[in-house]
Amino acid sequence: MLYFHPFPMASDNYISRYIHISNEGVLLNGEGIYHSDGKAGADMLVDAFKVQSLNYPKFYKMDNLSKLAILATELLLQGSDIRDRYKSEDMAIVVSNANSSLDTDQRYWDSVQKGAPSPSLFVYTLPNVMLGEICIRWGIKGENTCLVSEQFDAVSQTDYVNSLLEHSYAEVSISGWADYLDGEMEAFFMLVEKNPTSLDLHNSNTVKKLYDRQWKN
Amino acid sequence: MKTLKVQIVEQLNLQQIKPEDIGDDQPLFVEGLALDSIDALELIVLLQQKYGIKLANPADGPQIFKTVRNIAQYITDNRPK
Repeated sequence: MLYFHPFPMASDNYISRYIHISNEGVLLNGEGIYHSDGKAGADMLVDAFKVQSLNYPKFYKMDNLSKLAILATELLLQGSDIRDRYKSEDMAIVVSNANSSLDTDQRYWDSVQKGAPSPSLFVYTLPNVMLGEICIRWGIKGENTCLVSEQFDAVSQTDYVNSLLEHSYAEVSISGWADYLDGEMEAFFMLVEKNPTSLDLHNSNTVKKLYDRQWKN
Repeated sequence: MKTLKVQIVEQLNLQQIKPEDIGDDQPLFVEGLALDSIDALELIVLLQQKYGIKLANPADGPQIFKTVRNIAQYITDNRPK
């Protein structure tokens, strides 16, 4: 049984890599790896996917929120050996957002209003579907949790992920935020491990600091 | 069949595929384009929307949607006069 501590836990877990995606571009570990050059929303996500030479045909058929989450994960884990180092059951993912699946809900409702409900939109009318797409793509079979909150809550989400790792519900976790509505989007994903050779200690102060990093032109 | 291929690419959101790259007799499911069950539902919607055809027997789906040529023939045979 998972439980929250009344105060943030001291952490022995580390952030080994992190990524930001916005309409400005993509930052990996704080370094720009893709600039949108005026492209925005879904057009930018598809362009970034092609420019980064990523190969997953199903990407193109996903809704916008899943495209954002899959792109963030692909770039976060590109070149990573986590599938060699961890068992599927020991990999977790915890992602939150503000607008749930509203972007696709609206598109699906439009198709209903036109008298032709779209099956391919309907299957994306839940926010946790993005997690399912990631789990299928990366073979993740551990805890997967989708939270909806007005803003990224660094304190409770950090505590939740640390609790997963401390209580051995997982050995590694993707943790972050992926939000998409009407072309406005933001993703911030971290890879959290017990590996002490990593970048930063996984506590709420560090997470807040990394989350607040903005694209610099 | 050229128009039908364009409609399939649009309906199924196959952004990485050009309509002219789809062969008339190329398998659409499993191999070939590797479409899935949700795509099959979208093809049923396409027939209803664009051609006013309702699939009478869903069990016929695998044969009808096997290739673009099969779909075109089904439309020719069942399009409301």
